Amino acid sequence: MLEAKQDTKKIASFLLQEIDRLITKPVRLMEVCGTHTVAIFRAGIRQVLPTQVELVSGPGCPVCVTADEYMDMAIAYAKRQDVILATFGDMLKVPGSTSSLGEAKANGADIRIVYSPLESLEIAANHPDKNVIFLAVGFETTAPTAAATVLSAAEKKLKNFFVLSAHKLVPPALKTLLVDPEVKVDGFILPGHVCAITGEEPFQFLPEQYHMPAVVAGFEPLDILQTVYLLAKQIHDGRTSVENEYKRIVKKNGNPVARQMLAEVYEPADAIWRGIGLIPNSGLRVNERYQSFDAQVALPIEVEKTVKQTACRCGQVLRGLIKPTECRLFGKACLPEHPVGACMVSVEGSCAAWYKYGSGRYQYGTGNN
Amino acid sequence: MEQGTIKMEHGSGGKLSKALMEEVILPAYGNPVLNEMHDGASVSTAGNKVAFTTDSYVVKPLFFAGGNIGKLAVCGTVNDLAMTGSVPRYLSVGMILEEGFPIADLRRIVETMCQTAKEAGVMIVTGDTKVVNKGAGDGIYINTAGIGDIIEGTNISPKRVQPGQDVILSGYIGDHATAIMAGRHELVLPTSIQSDCAPLNGLVKEMLTAVPQIAVLRDPTRGGVAATLNEIAEQSGTGILLEEDTIPVRPEVDAVCEILGFDPLYLANEGKLLAFVDAKYSGKLLEIMHKHEFGKDARIIGKVTADAVGQVGMRTSIGGIRIVDMPIGGQIPRIC
Repeated sequence: MLEAKQDTKKIASFLLQEIDRLITKPVRLMEVCGTHTVAIFRAGIRQVLPTQVELVSGPGCPVCVTADEYMDMAIAYAKRQDVILATFGDMLKVPGSTSSLGEAKANGADIRIVYSPLESLEIAANHPDKNVIFLAVGFETTAPTAAATVLSAAEKKLKNFFVLSAHKLVPPALKTLLVDPEVKVDGFILPGHVCAITGEEPFQFLPEQYHMPAVVAGFEPLDILQTVYLLAKQIHDGRTSVENEYKRIVKKNGNPVARQMLAEVYEPADAIWRGIGLIPNSGLRVNERYQSFDAQVALPIEVEKTVKQTACRCGQVLRGLIKPTECRLFGKACLPEHPVGACMVSVEGSCAAWYKYGSGRYQYGTGNN
Repeated sequence: MEQGTIKMEHGSGGKLSKALMEEVILPAYGNPVLNEMHDGASVSTAGNKVAFTTDSYVVKPLFFAGGNIGKLAVCGTVNDLAMTGSVPRYLSVGMILEEGFPIADLRRIVETMCQTAKEAGVMIVTGDTKVVNKGAGDGIYINTAGIGDIIEGTNISPKRVQPGQDVILSGYIGDHATAIMAGRHELVLPTSIQSDCAPLNGLVKEMLTAVPQIAVLRDPTRGGVAATLNEIAEQSGTGILLEEDTIPVRPEVDAVCEILGFDPLYLANEGKLLAFVDAKYSGKLLEIMHKHEFGKDARIIGKVTADAVGQVGMRTSIGGIRIVDMPIGGQIPRIC
């Protein structure tokens, strides 16, 4: 069994040897899933890889890429007396232009933390006098559950449940990165959970249009090493394709049922990504059929535009241009307990992961006490 | 404090709890005994060395797989006393009840408390009951305080932690928090996951009788093994290096953590302990622990190092090394 602990070390050292043999010049491989970012740190993968292989984090954390404008709107809704906001816990600390949901909550706004969007339906049923707005944030992975929640609300004829969608799609973001002359990447570690929904097809443009190696990866330490090995092999052989390392979960055509549910409720729309800007057709909005559940349509609200000035370099971190440690706020003004940028908020944000797992901080073996 | 109001994270046993202690509580009534910041205080009364501790219980749900708030309230205080190197003797019980709370539930809770106290060999000798308006509480909150006799010849203090000592963990981690989370979110889990809530004074007494040289005992409750070890690293001025392969986590707990995005090292336990001891005594100590119901899965999970003072690290299963940081607040689930 792959996961058996005694075998893990053996297989890992074999893969590392092979990676070392195949990679003869420096390469940069980008992961675009926050869960991968965390898994890489938790397993200490960076330290065991040959120095020629650099792993960089892309815009893979849905909380991190959520723009100020969206947060400002969420905060504005939260402050309304007739609104209960339902959200995943990570969102509370995400800074908007001037405030955060956490601050709004401490000041009396009714904000409930849910673990599944479906829990917000219960809140809506129990509070018929209030408008319950679910903050629908996440990639292709979480969007189907939000869609299912809207469908369930429609079936239950709930009149006081709404979503505020900031759902985002991964492939358009990768395309934007690849046309950005500043971004240097030699291969992609593709997000296993996202691909479980989308399948491999939406990522075929990587090898076909950009000659970019790509491997769908799982989340165990050996999955990631195996993925790096497959990427190394493609780079070494000078061929590119979308390979699937995570076959035990990801089917070639993904999950058609989930995608159908998505298509029933949502439609692609332009979306603003923190640090990247507007990417055409990279988001999901509630389509006309279910408009009565779209907070922005059913409960329109005016939000004052404010421009925030900070030295935060989230934007460059999210594009893999700099390491979090290269930002001068990192670990000083910007800490998990009082984040300046969104990348320090979510446990799956690049900065938070770099900080939490001690990059640049851990002194073991440095003789540097 | 930087933020003007209390946040949930201030009560989670992590960095913010620590900041609250250091910036608000200790400046007000800090003293040499309290400043030790151990699970319980060691004090002298009429020439006798006594351990003294208190703890409040606000768990939700009140009833969970493997126990209820009453069992927790007795075990928690008994364990804090045991970790001070004492034999727990007497407890007090203060209850804050919310108007409308079913008496049948209260009866279940106090019966469990009585039974657990018997099991632990302690007497509940004083108490207090208050009732608050409906909506002002969560059914029931319980506070327990306790005193115990310090076992002769023991000296439990983080100051005695030295490089080279072994870090011993008494068994599987994360069971309690997983049972609570499952209850809170109505997750249906295999019956194998139950809170590990248990009085550890029996185990501790046998450990200290056999190996009085134990430097530190601590039960990794809020903030889990990670928070407890970080505290000890800081208080002792040493580093701690864990071996990931040796840390016992049930596959079911691992699976729930996977789903909810938790790290078992940060999950609360209510029937586990960590012991620091010179390596030459480890074999003897493990032998004693393995004979006891609550220590049968005990093992060495790491070592104290002179390197990386105040930090906890871990060698991962594939040979990387990373930090195991002090948690900031409660763990939050991931969303993708």
